[in-house]
Amino acid sequence: MIIHAFFFYFFSIVAILSALMVITSRSTVNSVFFLILDFISIGCLFIMVGAEFLGIIILIVYVGAVAVLFLFVVMMLNVTHQKQSWFIGRKSTHIPSGLFVSIIILLELLVVVGGWKYKPNVMSSSTLQVSENISNTHLIGSVMYTDYFLYFQISGIILLLSMIGAIVLTYRKRENIKRQSYINQISREKKTSVEMKDVEFEKGVKIDD
Amino acid sequence: MQYLNILIQELYKIFFLIIPILVSVALIVWLDRRVWGFVQKRRGPNIVGPFGLFQTLADALKYIFKEIIIPASANKIIFILAPIVTMTLALVAWAVIPLSEDLVLSNINIGILYLFAVSSLGVYGIIMGGWASNSKYPFLGSIRSAAQMVSYEVSIGIIIINVLLCVGSLNLTDIVLAQKNIWFVIPLFPMFVIFFISALAETNRPPFDLPEAEAELVAGYQTEYSGMMYAMFWLGEYANILLMCAMGSILFLGGWLPPLEIYPLDIIPAPIWMVLKILFLFFLFSIVKAIVPRYRYDQLMKLGWKIFLPFSLLYVVLTASFLFYFDMLPTKDFG
Repeated sequence: MIIHAFFFYFFSIVAILSALMVITSRSTVNSVFFLILDFISIGCLFIMVGAEFLGIIILIVYVGAVAVLFLFVVMMLNVTHQKQSWFIGRKSTHIPSGLFVSIIILLELLVVVGGWKYKPNVMSSSTLQVSENISNTHLIGSVMYTDYFLYFQISGIILLLSMIGAIVLTYRKRENIKRQSYINQISREKKTSVEMKDVEFEKGVKIDD
Repeated sequence: MQYLNILIQELYKIFFLIIPILVSVALIVWLDRRVWGFVQKRRGPNIVGPFGLFQTLADALKYIFKEIIIPASANKIIFILAPIVTMTLALVAWAVIPLSEDLVLSNINIGILYLFAVSSLGVYGIIMGGWASNSKYPFLGSIRSAAQMVSYEVSIGIIIINVLLCVGSLNLTDIVLAQKNIWFVIPLFPMFVIFFISALAETNRPPFDLPEAEAELVAGYQTEYSGMMYAMFWLGEYANILLMCAMGSILFLGGWLPPLEIYPLDIIPAPIWMVLKILFLFFLFSIVKAIVPRYRYDQLMKLGWKIFLPFSLLYVVLTASFLFYFDMLPTKDFG
């Protein structure tokens, strides 16, 4: 049990410290690396409480896909040059408005969490009946596709819609660029692509228009 | 004291897993160069040791004694971390690969998800190396490779779903045992082909080695690396390729199972079948490297998103409906 406690505190401390580093580190790329470390330690905590499916899914989805895209964007935009400080150097206009929004969010959270009450008949985690023979992958599947089937489908549709929305927002039709079309390439024949022309002396002929 | 005993036992097991993998990586590099040479009517490395078997060891020795140069403008911590991450992730995944029914370091319930997670983390080594080098070619190479690996992971994930539908378990041992009657390569042959091509793209092998396309990007993300750090990238890459071959043989070629349960075939020990299948897949990998020219980048992306992804999604629907209507879905009773 000592080893168990040791690993629990180790991962928790790493998670909290790296979360702090995400918001305090000066370089944006370093922030993203700490965010990745945070995700990994949270995944390890999930695995430690026996929810190995959730832990690995966090690794795959957040670390393997979302954080890669974060890193991608941060590296491409080179945000380090745009960094402004409230105290040192130029005054930033983003920080007051950001502060305003975050205070509102804090107030909302206080209202929601302050009024939180557990249902009187809620199960405590120690009395939960979990069979040793069935892996939690099976258990999650058997709940998600029966009792919560509609919610699961609706969340899928919301994700699909937001994906389509993002694509529509960034899509712009570019004209006058040459695209490769496999169909055109394969269906080219001698009849349609080669043409004999009689060229008059010292006049030339206009092709390719 | 008790913990110490457990620790020593586990370390002992890990030691005996890591050493054969490193040795086989060295041999596989030699094999790759030999096959490549023979296809091009050359001899390949044949001087050091019998048949040139020790060529890779000699190369590694050379790398150890070379100076490690760290560029002045590089981000030092991340620059050093990148090859370590690549190498570690390539080795860590071997913990769940079963060489026979009981010869496996840890037989976990979500083995295939673990493999998928580790292979999707592999992109970090490349992206970190490319960014920390703080120079143009490595950066472009790592950006290319990140986009490429993320795209092809999607199709590999969906191919894995196809196999899982037929098995009903995420455990690698269960996946192999489900192929007792028929290897999945026969009913899911199109998926096997797509898996193979996606594995080529995932491990940055030719014809998809655009992150290190020497004509355009010098050596991609490895440009600024020298000495042992370069060698670690290189070993990690080959360990990853071996891992992909192992994954392919577990998912589609029946793992350690012999092709037929008849007399001369079933006395050959299980791990040897597994190794033979990995070698077969690796042979295909190196043949492809020798005979196929490099893809263009937009063609690569088009292949991943517009051809492989829709096709493998369609195949998921086909497999699921086939299993459902013929009442062959693997079910587990929840008692």
